[in-house]
Formats: sequence, structure tokens, C-alpha cells
Amino acid sequence: MGDIASRIYQDFIENGRYMYLVQGLGNTVIITLLALAMGVLIGVLIALVRVNYAQADRKNPVLAVLNFICGLYLTVIRGTPMVVQLMIMYFVILTGNISPILIAVISFGINSGAYVAEVIRSGIQSVDRGQTEAGRSLGLNSRQTMINIVLPQAFKNVAPAIFNEFIALLKETSVAGYVGIQDLTKGGDIIRSITYDAFPPLIAVALIYLLMVIGLTRILRVIERRLAKSDLR
Amino acid sequence: MISVKNLHKSFNNLAGTVDVLKGIDLEIEKGEKIVIIGPSGSGKSTFLRCLNLLEKPTSGEIWFEGRQINVPGININAIRAQMGMVFQHFNLFPHLTVLKNITLAPVMLKLQTEEEAKENALRLLRRIGLTDKVESYPNQLSGGQKQRIAIVRSLAMNPKMMLFDEPTSALDPEMVGEVLEVMRELAEEGMTMAVVTHEMNFAKEVATRVLFMDEGKILEENEPHEFFDNPRHPRTQDFLSKVLG
Repeated sequence: MGDIASRIYQDFIENGRYMYLVQGLGNTVIITLLALAMGVLIGVLIALVRVNYAQADRKNPVLAVLNFICGLYLTVIRGTPMVVQLMIMYFVILTGNISPILIAVISFGINSGAYVAEVIRSGIQSVDRGQTEAGRSLGLNSRQTMINIVLPQAFKNVAPAIFNEFIALLKETSVAGYVGIQDLTKGGDIIRSITYDAFPPLIAVALIYLLMVIGLTRILRVIERRLAKSDLR
Repeated sequence: MISVKNLHKSFNNLAGTVDVLKGIDLEIEKGEKIVIIGPSGSGKSTFLRCLNLLEKPTSGEIWFEGRQINVPGININAIRAQMGMVFQHFNLFPHLTVLKNITLAPVMLKLQTEEEAKENALRLLRRIGLTDKVESYPNQLSGGQKQRIAIVRSLAMNPKMMLFDEPTSALDPEMVGEVLEVMRELAEEGMTMAVVTHEMNFAKEVATRVLFMDEGKILEENEPHEFFDNPRHPRTQDFLSKVLG
């Protein structure tokens, strides 16, 4: 085993190797946050197309085409592994002079969007039809009703599921190393390849993920409680 | 004010097509208070919901203030803004405060500024004695309070007419009175009203005309005294004897 203190010194302190973890963590956080934002945006748009299509009594051909494209997207994205999608994006589609981080954001965003879309769709469908009717009966158009009345309630209903997606995404970005991005996991891996010592860097990486998830769960619980304010009697 | 000609409505479901409305003709003048009664499944709610096109009629015509409204190209949102509707299950917006519930539509549709809408809302809340609830959320209110606020929410749009779809049917018995009281006051002020209800006393006291619907048709209509004292149609007699005991 060797002296654990000297191993930790060698793995993290010597030559400032801890910076691999710090930089990696920075990239992980950036990729996660931007991909989440993109995923929610894509998710809302797709959910709106699918809900509108399902509710329309006259089938609008444009909507039908959009709905088909959304269905295809959901099938492909949810039916293939994330890491394969990332590699296809990196080695096949976006092969120009594009920042790998940006490619990762796009790949993870597109992937996350598919899962968020289904969550938001179920959220929209969980809002009582009477809410839409009340909005429309006051003279609001369908867009105003959706944005001001249905979506806020839908988000509230699915907030825990979206938060779960957030946490899953954070951990999922650990495959970014496959295309040479120095994320947190890759940072630990680089240290291992320099020092030939696996235990401390891997445990450190695992601990950092764990602490982030615990922290996130705390924050999200607070947000959820705030969202539930209108439920208090 | 509103007139309905040969209105038909059918729904498609798994069992096939169900004809809910089978040719309704009705003329409602400004200031009238129409009360529609009838057994459940008779189509009275569907009829009311056709008036502001929450349900699209299968055929027939609906005219509001001299314009046919169930034709393509009509701005139905502008029509609905002039026709308030009160629902059986209140349908207040649970994520918004009482104030926001009332001011959302007039502000969003740019009919009133934020301040005007707030002032208006407070004036309306004062009228129903609920000014202290202005910052409450709907879930903190009783059913009767919710329904009174739902009425006020519609009134905040300054509608020309009000539709009531069984406004007291989801309430505990002790809360029915306070809601009917608000409706009574509204009627006295001259509001044009169409009310679907099971409250026979309200119909007797407030209605200018009572309609009896069954199986998608208006079987009988009359002014309330004549309607309740001398019902002509056997189905009306049967129904009244059951509900009045």
C-alpha cells in the first residue's frame, strides 16, 4: 500500500497535480449547466409540439410533420447510448474547428432534451383541463394560457423529475473523456496515468461527484419547497 | 344579445357518435337572466359551453351582438373577453395569488394597466367582503370563497354577459348561500346571465325565463312562476316532482 500520506502528496500536491481535478471540475460544471439549459429549452419545445398535436382536433400538416420529427428524435436519442452519440457528434458531425467543450454541450443538451421533453409533456398533461378552459374563457389566447397558466403548474408538478435529470446529467458528463475533454473524471485519470496510483485520484473524483450531488439535492429541496408555497393551507 | 339557431353538437367516443345537442334555438336579450335546468346528461352544460365556444358546435349558428361567432376568421378571444364564465370546479389558478388571479387577464390583454386592474380587483373584493384574502392562494380558501373569487375574476373583465355552469354543485351545502347571494346582486344590477343550476329557489326568484332541457333539446321554457306552477310537458312535470319532492 505504501505510506498513504506520501501517496496523496504525490498524487495531488506535487507539481500542482490537483489542478487537473480543479480544471476538470470546472469543465464538468460548465458542460452540465449549459447542457441542462439547452435540454430544458429543447424539452419544452418538443413537449409543446407533441401536446398540441395530441390535442388538435383538426390535424394541421405542419404540426404533423413537426410531431413526426420530434417522435423520431425521441426514439433515436433515447434508443442509443449517450457515449455513442457524443462520439458521433465529435468524430462524424461536428468535425470542423469547434471547441470540444461546445461539442459536448451540444451532445449532452440534445440528449437531455429528449428526457426532459417527456417529463414536461407529462407535466403539461397533469394540469387540469379546467385551467386551460378558465384561461381561454377570460379571452387569453392559447399561447398566453400555456405560458402563464399551464406551464408554471406543469413545471411545479415535474420539478422533482427535472431535478433528477439534472443530477443524472451531471454524472453522465463523465463520459466526456471519450472525446478527449478534460472533465473531472478525465482529470483523475490523467493523475493516475502520471503517478501510476489509482486509488486516491479515483476516490477523490468519486467524492467530488458525491458532494456535488448532495449539495444539489439540498438546493433543489429548498427550491421545491418554495415552489410549493401556494399549496400551503 | 345572443342568439342560437338550430344548434347541434355531437361527440365522438369509442362507442361511436353521441348526439348531445339536437337542435337548440334560443334568443337571450340584454339584461335577461336565463336559468337552464334538466337532468344530468341532458346537454345543458354542453349548451352553455357552446355559447363561448369552449365546445365547437357541430352545426348551427351562434350570434353575439349581431355577429355570427362560430365561423372561421372571427376573433374568438375578443368575444370570450366580453363573456364571463364561472365553472363548477371554480378553476382558479392555484399558482397565483387571489389578486393575480383577478388581474392576470385584464392586464395581459391590455384592457387595464397594472394599477387600474389592482384597484378594480380590490373594489370587487370589497364587494364580496374578501379584501383580506388578496394575497392568499386559492388552496387557502374555502369552496365558497373560491367560487366568489372566480365570479369576481370574470367580472374584472367587465363582461357584457355571464355564463354560470353549475356554480354551486361542487360546494358544501353551507357555502351555497354566499355564492348565490353574489349572483343575486349581479342579477339586480342588470347583468345578462345564463345559469345552469339545480338551485330551484334561485331559478324561481332570479330568472326572467326558465328552460327545461332533456336529451339535447329545450322541451319547455317559460317565466318562472308559470314554469314551476304549471309545467306543461310531462318530462318537466316528472323532473320537477322529483327535485322539488
